[in-house]
Amino acid sequence: MKALTKIIVVLLVVALGHNAFAQRGSDGTVELLYWQAISILNPYLSGGTKDIEGSSVVLEPLARYDENGNLVPWLVTEIPTVENGGVSEDLLSITWSLRDDILWSDGTPFTAADVVFTGDYCMNPEAGCVSSNFFADIESIEALDDFTVRINFTVPKPFPYSAFVSAESPILQQAQFADCTGIAAQECSEENFNPIGTGAFMVAEFRPNDVVRFEANPNYREADKPAFQTVIIQGGGDAPSAARAALETGEVDWAWNLQVSPEVLMQMEAAGIGTVVTSFGTSLERLLINFANPDSALGDDRSEYMNGENPHPFLTDPAVREALAMAIDRAILVEIGYGQTGQVTCNIMPAPEIYASTANDGCEAQDIEAANALLDEAGWEMGADGVRSKDGVRLSVLYQTSTNAVRQDFQALIQEWWGQIGVETELRNIDAGVFFGNDPGSPDTYGKFYADIQMYTSSMAGTDPEAYMNRWRCDEIAGADNQWIGSNNHRWCSPEYDELSAELSVTAALEDRAEIVKAMNDMLVQENVVIPLVYRGDVSARSNTLLGTRMNSWDAELWNIADWYREGE
Amino acid sequence: MWQFFIRRILSAIPTLFVISFIIFAVLDLAPGDPTGNLPLTIPPEVREQVRQALGADDPFIVQYFKWVRQFFYYEPVALIEEMTGTTILGENNLRILSWQTRSPVFDLIAQRLPQTLWVVGLAYLFSILIAIPIGVISAYKQYSIFDQLGTFVALVGFSVPTFFTGLMAILIFSVQLRWLPSIYDTTLVVNDWSSFMQQVRQMIMPVMVLTFFNASQLSRFMRSSMLENLSQDYARTARSKGLQERIVVLGHVLRNSLIPVVTLIALGVPTIFTGAIITEQIFRVNGIGDLLIRGIYNSDIPLVQTLTFIFAVLIVLFNIVADLAYGFLDPRIRYG
Repeated sequence: MKALTKIIVVLLVVALGHNAFAQRGSDGTVELLYWQAISILNPYLSGGTKDIEGSSVVLEPLARYDENGNLVPWLVTEIPTVENGGVSEDLLSITWSLRDDILWSDGTPFTAADVVFTGDYCMNPEAGCVSSNFFADIESIEALDDFTVRINFTVPKPFPYSAFVSAESPILQQAQFADCTGIAAQECSEENFNPIGTGAFMVAEFRPNDVVRFEANPNYREADKPAFQTVIIQGGGDAPSAARAALETGEVDWAWNLQVSPEVLMQMEAAGIGTVVTSFGTSLERLLINFANPDSALGDDRSEYMNGENPHPFLTDPAVREALAMAIDRAILVEIGYGQTGQVTCNIMPAPEIYASTANDGCEAQDIEAANALLDEAGWEMGADGVRSKDGVRLSVLYQTSTNAVRQDFQALIQEWWGQIGVETELRNIDAGVFFGNDPGSPDTYGKFYADIQMYTSSMAGTDPEAYMNRWRCDEIAGADNQWIGSNNHRWCSPEYDELSAELSVTAALEDRAEIVKAMNDMLVQENVVIPLVYRGDVSARSNTLLGTRMNSWDAELWNIADWYREGE
Repeated sequence: MWQFFIRRILSAIPTLFVISFIIFAVLDLAPGDPTGNLPLTIPPEVREQVRQALGADDPFIVQYFKWVRQFFYYEPVALIEEMTGTTILGENNLRILSWQTRSPVFDLIAQRLPQTLWVVGLAYLFSILIAIPIGVISAYKQYSIFDQLGTFVALVGFSVPTFFTGLMAILIFSVQLRWLPSIYDTTLVVNDWSSFMQQVRQMIMPVMVLTFFNASQLSRFMRSSMLENLSQDYARTARSKGLQERIVVLGHVLRNSLIPVVTLIALGVPTIFTGAIITEQIFRVNGIGDLLIRGIYNSDIPLVQTLTFIFAVLIVLFNIVADLAYGFLDPRIRYG
């Protein structure tokens, strides 16, 4: 018995490590650099990931994802499941039990009323809440007592962990934001800049788009944390200079989102001051095929689905899509564009592991010869100018993407490979702000897709793929009728796929869900609706003296900043 | 004189209204979406709601008149409230809000102005102080070693862009020598010697780079203006009267040569307020230039519109100032 106690003590000491003996604020200041500066600290009104990251230092959700994509209870005692009774048998409600020892940084207790208020805040359509899809299908949120919250859904929810889960959906303090609901949300700059939170730090000074200074929260639930007294998030400049500040000059301890060429990063890392850290979520660089005809001669009908009456002249031919996919050498793309921060993939759902299909392995091998043979067989004859055609239709594609050095490299390489199989490629790049915008007046958005093929990276929120896989359903087809806000911009429609999607929405068991998701993934990839290119990691850099960081692609990178500490202090 | 001044000011008002309308129309026509930088995981319907909450989907003319009312009525009221400490509209004041930060645009400008004035303003001042003597000496000793060297340096300074000189400066002084910081700390409060030195250290590189660029340009103008005047009849007359060479050059020729240069300097003053977009980005001096370019990237129309319009006002204003300066420097010019 004594021995067992000893072992437990030793294990505890090892597990807690440094922090078991540290004091709050004993490690001074940690400097972070977000080259896209933080504009606002209310994630519900954010204009980009950077704002969600910044607010995650202060505001916390009920539960969040760790670096492996597992749900971790944060402000609650446990993750509710059907087994422990937290999720009802009919999947129509979830009940969260809040911890009763949490205080806001102003010293007042954190209660169920705050959670209910946050739900009402974001679900108010006038507020313009960017996380409102986290609150989809919610009928009501009610406080059963001071520390119990029940969320009732309008439809059975096999995966009920979206509202109040992850950095995109944290809890706001009711007392602070009570007058900031609905249309008033936009005008509450004082509150939006200085939210009161339950996190390890609180806002001390905020200069929008410039710098944020946080100080340790005196009411934080763990007496010896955080190790740092002050967190400073600097903003401005660009990704290469941010990498330099963390890896070469050592002016900052953490630099976020370093989209820099892999060679440059390796050279900088050689200075020995900092380390590049990478983590993988679901970000995937992909080619999207347009199944509708984008010919500009069609006027307003270009790229419109029109119930399948406006098919693409040659990309609806499976042989052409297959040949285009076979001609690509993904390994070279990864090497040139991403180095260690990218991986070759053949799936749309590369992670979490249970959803990753193995049915498509082997697609990564480039095979120009086979691609040529396939096109020959399908009747596409090579013309005198090196471009194939059939019945007067030439294999000439317009290939668009956003302006970005790596993407333009990819375009040039792919253009060359496609040239080898007799496909003529015209390249086009569009400013990211325009391309990813939804301005209905602009012809250059990814939603309108006035091209044959386009390329970009997308990913899913959280770890449940249902909403993500639903993007390819027939009723999601983008067009003039829905102001191009449908998410199926391929204009691909398959009743079979829709059936799988319907099945997924009523399946609760994780293993069964995984099987359906894999089937959907295989359908998209094998029919070459999407051509996956690179599984992309998130890249940041940390100073070698900064310890305790756990780089995370499923939640904010700063999710565990309470545990960060300085080496040797 | 006063009549001229008042006439110019009055004629500037319709001009500025036309300018404000054109800026707004151009911004409206330009593609872009304030929700364009949101993660792609956020569905398009939600983006639509966000745009509605911002008022980005209102018709063009509604947005324009809203802005005009905000700029010419609500903002002056807010300024008066701020200065006198009274409450006129208080909570009901619909100030111009930036779409990125949801905070008043003028608060953002007030926060950014100090660092821009310090860095860009000092660089402007230094470049004048350096360029005028160089221009005078180069012209007076035309084709001397000094002139050749000055011409060469000016050519380099003028033709090498600041994003190159700035990067070189960082690589040398920050990365290699570790003398100077590459990040400008806008929160630094100067209250003692060491914080003053820190402020100087963080300002050296951006000021140096901008001074080099501005001075190159200005010294060439000064030189050619001097050369033109040195060969004029009045210079020869002054010399033949037996005046000292110093008085001829500094008293007569320099004064006349300064006329075009002063105009140039006056017309360049608004650029101090517009900031230096590239230099500010490189050295992370988060000033007005940085505010503007980030506003453009994020389609923050109220911010970009307000900033651009303020620049337009400054440019019109300093054109008038330059015209007036002519009158002081050149007695032949009279305003009728």
